[in-house]
Amino acid sequence: MRKFLSMLLALGVVFVLIEMIEPIPAYGKVDLSKRVSEKYVSKSVSGFREEVAYKKSKNLEEGSANVVTSIVVNYRGFDTLGEVTVLFISAFGVGLISSGLKRKGYGRKPNFILRTAVGVVLPLIILFGVYIFVHGHLTPGGGFPGGTILSIGILLLYLSNEEYELSEKSKVLEGTSGSLFVIIGLLGIAFSGAFLANFLPTGVIGNLFSAGIVPIIYIVIGFKVGAELSTIVADLHKEG
Amino acid sequence: MMVVTILVGALMITAGIFAIETKRLLDSFIALSVLSLVSVFLFIMMKAPDVAITEAAIGAGLTTAVLILALRKIGGDEE
Repeated sequence: MRKFLSMLLALGVVFVLIEMIEPIPAYGKVDLSKRVSEKYVSKSVSGFREEVAYKKSKNLEEGSANVVTSIVVNYRGFDTLGEVTVLFISAFGVGLISSGLKRKGYGRKPNFILRTAVGVVLPLIILFGVYIFVHGHLTPGGGFPGGTILSIGILLLYLSNEEYELSEKSKVLEGTSGSLFVIIGLLGIAFSGAFLANFLPTGVIGNLFSAGIVPIIYIVIGFKVGAELSTIVADLHKEG
Repeated sequence: MMVVTILVGALMITAGIFAIETKRLLDSFIALSVLSLVSVFLFIMMKAPDVAITEAAIGAGLTTAVLILALRKIGGDEE
């Protein structure tokens, strides 16, 4: 029976994949004039002669000082939404497989050096994680590494304290920040007519308050990824 | 700098082969962690600090921890 069910599941996945291949056009047969990318392909880079100066240039098309961020969050914001969804599904899978009611301890008291060092290092780790995602549009980094660093702080708490358990509020935080991302995208439709469009003024390049919605989205992603990976760490510590 | 890059690449390949060939799962996780940590250096050499930060946090840090926690969850790698 179990073999039959898994065969049925595998056949279903194959069927879905074949259905997904169908709408993909053949190589070289795409009509670019109907695609979004056409706008960027036909855009001239030689027309704009004005030099962009750090902390001086105002109201650029995309005022983020970090080029990678401007592509990841602004031009390919929808792609990032998909990425966040993939992470959510993997966290959901871990939660399904290793769920439990109470925490499983390590069976021995954590040593003195670890317990004392965590008190010193943990605030620094949390601060560094928050810095990484708040300054994502200015310096290298962003929501994903920032959130991961936050969850490493949670992992340290788990390692150093036998009684520590992650609060259920982390799931509320994760859901709220995930919906905020979509709500910001919908606000883009309301104000600029496109999903996740940058509807805020972009400001002076290099300032903390610049680049429109990019820092807001990165803060939201940072909280979401942090809460999600912390939940994975917490789920792996559960039993019963 | 070229010599250092080649050395780092050789270390990465060694760590990768060790991760596949070793008998204990824990050794394999540590080798993967070393591979990630060393690749951070290569990413910085290739002027990709964004990828380097992500690799250091996720590849070298959290992935190793999650793998070891999962190994503890399934009760070690004894058959």
